Amino acid sequence: MNHFIAVLFLSFTCMASFAQDILEGTLMTKEGDQNIPLEGASLYWLGTQIGTTTDDQGKFSLPYSNPNPKLVISFLGFKSDTLTVKNQKTLTHFLTHSDATSLEEVTISQRRKAIQKSYLEAQNIVNVNSAELLKAACCNLSESFETNPSIDVNFSDALTGTKQIKMLGLTSPYLLITEENIPTVRGASQAYGLTFTPGTWIESIQITKGAGSVVNGFESIAGQINTEIKKPFSDTPLFFNLFTSANGRNEINLQGNRKLNKKWSSGLFLHGNQRTQAMDQNKDSFLDVPLAKQINFLNRWQYTDFEKGWVGFGSIRFMNDNKQIGALGYEPKTDRNSESLWGSEIKTQRVDGSVKVGYVFPEIPYQSFGFQSAYSRHKQEAYYGIRKYDIDHESFYANLLFNSIIGNTKNKFKTGLNLAYDLFSEVVDQFDFSRTDRSFGGFFEYSYDNLENFSLVGGLRLDFHNNLGTFLTPRLHMRYLPNPKTIVRASVGSGRKAANIFAENQTLFGTNRVIAIAQNGGAIYGLNPEKAWNYGLSIRQIFNLGSGSGDLTADYYITNFVDQVVVDWEQQHQISFYNLDGSSRANSFQLALDYTPFKALSFRFAYKNYDVKTNYNSGFLQRPLQAQNRFFGNLAWESERKSNGAQWRWDLTYHAVGKQRLVETLRDVQGSFSPSYGLWNSQLTRAVYTNFEIYFGMENIGNYKQINPIIASENPFSADFDSAQVFAPIFGRMIYAGLRWNL
Amino acid sequence: MMKMKKFTLVFLMFLPLGILAQEKFQKNTKTSFKVSGNCEMCKVRIEKASLSVKGVKMATWDIPSNIISVIYNPNKSPVEDIHKAIAGAGHDTSIEKAPESVYVDLPACCLYVREKIE
Repeated sequence: MNHFIAVLFLSFTCMASFAQDILEGTLMTKEGDQNIPLEGASLYWLGTQIGTTTDDQGKFSLPYSNPNPKLVISFLGFKSDTLTVKNQKTLTHFLTHSDATSLEEVTISQRRKAIQKSYLEAQNIVNVNSAELLKAACCNLSESFETNPSIDVNFSDALTGTKQIKMLGLTSPYLLITEENIPTVRGASQAYGLTFTPGTWIESIQITKGAGSVVNGFESIAGQINTEIKKPFSDTPLFFNLFTSANGRNEINLQGNRKLNKKWSSGLFLHGNQRTQAMDQNKDSFLDVPLAKQINFLNRWQYTDFEKGWVGFGSIRFMNDNKQIGALGYEPKTDRNSESLWGSEIKTQRVDGSVKVGYVFPEIPYQSFGFQSAYSRHKQEAYYGIRKYDIDHESFYANLLFNSIIGNTKNKFKTGLNLAYDLFSEVVDQFDFSRTDRSFGGFFEYSYDNLENFSLVGGLRLDFHNNLGTFLTPRLHMRYLPNPKTIVRASVGSGRKAANIFAENQTLFGTNRVIAIAQNGGAIYGLNPEKAWNYGLSIRQIFNLGSGSGDLTADYYITNFVDQVVVDWEQQHQISFYNLDGSSRANSFQLALDYTPFKALSFRFAYKNYDVKTNYNSGFLQRPLQAQNRFFGNLAWESERKSNGAQWRWDLTYHAVGKQRLVETLRDVQGSFSPSYGLWNSQLTRAVYTNFEIYFGMENIGNYKQINPIIASENPFSADFDSAQVFAPIFGRMIYAGLRWNL
Repeated sequence: MMKMKKFTLVFLMFLPLGILAQEKFQKNTKTSFKVSGNCEMCKVRIEKASLSVKGVKMATWDIPSNIISVIYNPNKSPVEDIHKAIAGAGHDTSIEKAPESVYVDLPACCLYVREKIE
């Protein structure tokens, strides 16, 4: 039954993963009401010499080197059993005495890896499931990447506390961020958009490094991040979550799902968060974290008709977010426009609606079509001190997709059309920058798989855009396995985008820098659009070491900008935007090691090197606030789950951030660098039962803080005032706790 | 009148073709049968062998049940060709036995238990 859903999702998301798990389990026998573990029973894979025996607790673990599904279990005095076991399972099995005639009882529970790197796909995709998301302290999409080495979480500015993300050394505007394959975090929502998706709503995240697929548009340059929201059909009926932290943030989540009948199910998701307590640990008379209130509401409808092959989704969402930042004791009503206290309010309202329909031909499941359309309106009204920034972005998006094969399923293709309409009403101080973007495009993507050791995905799209012109976007991904444990991937592709200079660089409003745009007659703010080529090479080696398994991955990605809107902070008291003259590149290297020595424990280490240089007016320089070297380490431990679901889980994460180049300001002399530093985070979760968990954790255990994050905080109306030069946490050690309850 | 006659003639000319077409098989015919095998490696080998037959569009072999589901165009190849291709790769099917020489060369994990070894 789930087959059709699976086929459809596969065709939509192009995702499949393979985890090199070990089969682990327990052998027991029933003596009356008691479960007695069996020690010394032997197990082996039918047709192989791979086998083991159980320990004194009846436990065993057996690697799947060449997965053979038939497990033979034998023990003197008991009936021998031959079980068919699918990949990625833990197993609890009861043997019966050879004289007993009762039926065997088999319980199979699944344990998938929290992070799965793609094995079968040509593209370099990492799938992050909800188990991994639980490791992060909190609470929304922007904070979901802290245990993931592919994405760097940065501290974007001292005022809003919003965490910016970077991939391959490039900020999020260079990523295509989609929600269920509909582009979402773009345009006006670029700065804070990731904070508008609550973490508990997320089912999984797919991170594609490099050019990515052409299906969802031409905008991705460094990669793609897709978020899958929980599906009413498969999600728990009722979920409740509370979170509170020592920096004054409180969150509440309430989610309910109902199957209305065989075909319809509906889900209602409610989220609220607030921070009402003013915090100023560093005594600079500015709030360390904003005062905030957010209400977020989502209602989705899911339709599934397995027999006929129809699947549909409809959702409506409303979000209201208010932030107040700036001086401690600032009162918006009385202090607005005063020249004594610097304050700011950011008010955002967002409405989203989307409809998706998918159809899989029941007789030929390799053929399907999908249609999706989405409307959103993002309205942000803000003032920062005496500066004003309002943006109202209305967006319509539609996509028609057809999947089928050429000859047989080794040759597949996707083809379709996209339509996008974006209306921006944007006012910066008294200047109006309103514009309309219209684009229409078609794409064709061919994939070949020899089913063994080679596959490729090649795509081409043609777009007509009123401001970007008419252009082609080619992308190619290849995967080759010299042996089953070595995966080599290569990719090349181009991407383009219109740089929304203010929305993408909202931190500039937290400064008193003069804005200078070197207009050259281009269509977007008088500037030409951005274009870049991305090339990538990745090698992954899977290995078995001791009783455990792991993998080692080396990635190298090059992004070369043909044209770019350079954001230049180099000159004091000024921020300049101009089109690239010369070269701009972002080269990134990553070496990652994952190792699970035994079931309860896993390690993840990554070293990253970034060489991100741009030709500024003042020279060819490393991009400011970009660490050249980063190191990441994660240790995860979990206890054996008891039969009532009770379990302990513990996580320890370390981030080392190398020195970052700083631009010349009142605080930093020209040519200075930030110190390198390390951050420790840890979280402990106690599952009391399967459906009730409490967790507590600590972020920034070492209490590392940047001493004076806000430049000229004592004189916020002077030209020197600058809150955008932040390279380390502002808030020190932070304790948090929460609970999750699934009903 | 003349015109009418011509039309009938044309119609009659195409009639046999129409009948022929009706005798043709469905373009997308589904079939499923048993194929012996054990593991993920067998799966790849079996599916690859099936897809190598002209007209086979999709082949999915299920490990636990050992059943293969095939969608193929019988006008291009008869179903027996699929059995032969799979057996040729070393896997016994419900009607075709794999040659012993191919079977013994399979990797150790793929050496499924043969039902009848003649």
